[in-house]
Amino acid sequence: MARSLKKGPYIDFRLEKKIDKMNDSGKKSVIKTWSRRSMISPEFVGHTFAVHNGNKFIPVYVTENMVGHKLGEFAPTRTFRGHISKKDKGKR
Amino acid sequence: MARFQGVDIPDNKRGEVALTYIFGIGRSSAKRILTKAGIDWNRKVSDWTDEESNKIRSVINEEYKVEGVLKSEIQLSVKRLLDIGCYRGLRHRKGLPVRGQKTKNNSRTRKGKRKTVANKKKAVK
Repeated sequence: MARSLKKGPYIDFRLEKKIDKMNDSGKKSVIKTWSRRSMISPEFVGHTFAVHNGNKFIPVYVTENMVGHKLGEFAPTRTFRGHISKKDKGKR
Repeated sequence: MARFQGVDIPDNKRGEVALTYIFGIGRSSAKRILTKAGIDWNRKVSDWTDEESNKIRSVINEEYKVEGVLKSEIQLSVKRLLDIGCYRGLRHRKGLPVRGQKTKNNSRTRKGKRKTVANKKKAVK
């Protein structure tokens, strides 16, 4: 179910503060974040985030198209390497 | 035979049903179109006069996205998902369900016909 419009988009407070600071000073650096649940707002465009996927940080460069998605959508948490074939099964 | 929006030629059916042959129009929007054009939706397509068909055409043209236009719009929005590399895009790329459904069984609509893995041994008694 979609989030109520009344509440507005959810962005982690700390993350928002960090972005505001960087936008004010015009600096750009990679922001490490665990906040996969944060919505990407228009202010985020052009920044690079290192989004945690539970194991390591995945670099995500935010473009205009990504606005409205969540940061976590760009850092997959699962790796699927295909099913084991019969041959390999014996070796393991 | 009546032609609507290019290729579609539904006939000898009730208007409500015949209009659903157009991609992008289902039962409810078909009813809405016919009401708007002032035609009883139980009447067969063959009973429509030219004037009435033209009325329907203009209603569809003005208010609905159908066929090619709709298809290309869908394609564009899917392409956007693919390009930004988000989770939904990845699922589209792999041809798996996009909205969080389980894939242990079923989901054949997305996965297509079953591909049986060769050489699967029969269970030994």
